[in-house]
Amino acid sequence: MSLDARVQLGRGDFSLDLSLDAADGDTIGLLGPNGSGKSTTLRCLAGLDAPQTGRIDIAGVTVVDTTRGIDLPPEQRSVGFVFQDYLLFPHMSVLDNVAFGLRARGEARQSAERRAREWLDRLEIGDLASRKPGRLSGVQAQRVALARALVIEPDLLLLDEPLAALDAGTRASVRSLLRRHLADFHGAVVMVTHDPMDAMVLADRVVVLEDGHAVQAGTPGDVARRPESTYVAQLVGVNMLRGRAHDGVVTLDSGGQIRIANVAISGPVIVALRPEAISVHLQHPEGSARNVWQSRVSSLEARGDLVRLEVEGPPALTAVITPAAVADLGLHEGADVWLTAKATDLDVYPA
Amino acid sequence: MSTAAPARRRTTPVPIGVLAAIGVAFLAIPLVGLLLTTPWSRLPELLTSPVAAEALRLSLITSLSATALAVLVGVPLAWVLARAHLPGRTFIRALVTLPLVLPPVVGGVALLLAFGRRGLIGQYLYDWFGVQLPFSTAGVIMAEAFVAMPFLVITVEGALRSADPRFEEAAATLGAKRWTILRRITLPLIGPALLAGTILAWARALGEFGATITFAGNLPGVTQTLPLAVYSALDTDREAAIALSLVLLVASLAVLLLLRDRYLRGGSS
Repeated sequence: MSLDARVQLGRGDFSLDLSLDAADGDTIGLLGPNGSGKSTTLRCLAGLDAPQTGRIDIAGVTVVDTTRGIDLPPEQRSVGFVFQDYLLFPHMSVLDNVAFGLRARGEARQSAERRAREWLDRLEIGDLASRKPGRLSGVQAQRVALARALVIEPDLLLLDEPLAALDAGTRASVRSLLRRHLADFHGAVVMVTHDPMDAMVLADRVVVLEDGHAVQAGTPGDVARRPESTYVAQLVGVNMLRGRAHDGVVTLDSGGQIRIANVAISGPVIVALRPEAISVHLQHPEGSARNVWQSRVSSLEARGDLVRLEVEGPPALTAVITPAAVADLGLHEGADVWLTAKATDLDVYPA
Repeated sequence: MSTAAPARRRTTPVPIGVLAAIGVAFLAIPLVGLLLTTPWSRLPELLTSPVAAEALRLSLITSLSATALAVLVGVPLAWVLARAHLPGRTFIRALVTLPLVLPPVVGGVALLLAFGRRGLIGQYLYDWFGVQLPFSTAGVIMAEAFVAMPFLVITVEGALRSADPRFEEAAATLGAKRWTILRRITLPLIGPALLAGTILAWARALGEFGATITFAGNLPGVTQTLPLAVYSALDTDREAAIALSLVLLVASLAVLLLLRDRYLRGGSS
């Protein structure tokens, strides 16, 4: 196991209690809202913060064990850290930035610079070697930060919101670059993000953190399909409804009922419903859809080529329809509509 | 940042303009007077006279030594004030910055009471090692450092406070030990402020008068620095006093020029 960690700490109202493990080559996506403890977790792994209790093993080396009083400082851990705003040293050239870690570990200038150059070439930024960080674009700075963290060949790579500082246009290309280099990386990767797309594309496993505790863990696909918290549901844009299942009917906590295809499941459940699977009508529809709700449109919002439509409920739902449909149906905020969803489009799982 | 010209020109109210002009005149006229009365043709001769040359040499040596001393202990002191969690930090800072506002002559008296031959520490220095600091060149350096160091400490501490400590964290994750971080990250990052503080401290040391004359006396060749020489010459050789004053004025202008980005740029950057 390349990473095996349990960290606990409390600061005022906030408490963090998280277990993480990852094999070599694994990328863990730590997903969570601001203040959920993602960054603190990374800082504990890097040695910039200390957990009050816990144990952290990195590639077989115990770097923290509070029961034995072990707490290795950052410079003695085999960890590469890519900070959200990169933190490239402003007074050093790109080459010196990348060579810094090797020089700090006692490597001779010549070989440190040679290896730094190799990494710059690998990340296709060899021509920036003599530039100062102040004259780099966000994408370039990100690559330099990645090169600087990887050149020391760490056993654990930490990425703090690696794409947050980039604009939407460049994110996709940087994401695929990251994906390529994470695939080559021998050790474990822990990546903090609050963008589900980053987690979907880059992570092998996602851990959802809320208020310092893991509320869900699984493959990105599982987490996206079957969110277990409102935060994740909103993040991945899935309608999440809680209720009690009995005999193919879920009585929702928020009021109303939903018919589901699975008659075997009973007890507290979560119903996940993709917004694309909801149809919008002006009159009560006669059809095969088992679920029909009358409701009122509370908001309409353009999202790329589509329109997000929210209804007051109950149940409060989000549907995604085309602008053409909005025009044809004459939809507006406050309009009375009927929504339908087929029972087979619902994903139902125990809460 | 340049601001766009306002649509309506704002005129300065007359009383403000008049008072401001008086202010400029008050500060500028004495300096203009100094320049006007400077015996330019005799300048080389005046500045190479034994007393003047000695004072120049002594001032250069003592002010540079005092600056070096201030940097040597002032930077670590600034670091401790900015970074260490020590009790009574506010008190220590007050103590350290006190010489900034203390009348230098009081500083001289205090130094005398501490390091004089019968002083708190001075008596042991004398009894055990035969070291006598008052009325010595070393005493001049101490007096200058005493007065000049706060400038350096305050400047550097401010820079350390505003420097982003996360650069140091980044360096630590890359394997740098604390000393390496200090040498290769922290000090370069505060480089401009360190330079400014050093120049400021040097300027203060060069101009030091009160503490020096009180603690070290006014012995030509031993403790008579430029400002002291100016003061002495004023009674005996007015032109020499003016010439030496001019040297100090030029040095001050040079300092201002070096620090122009810090002090001459109007408004905020």
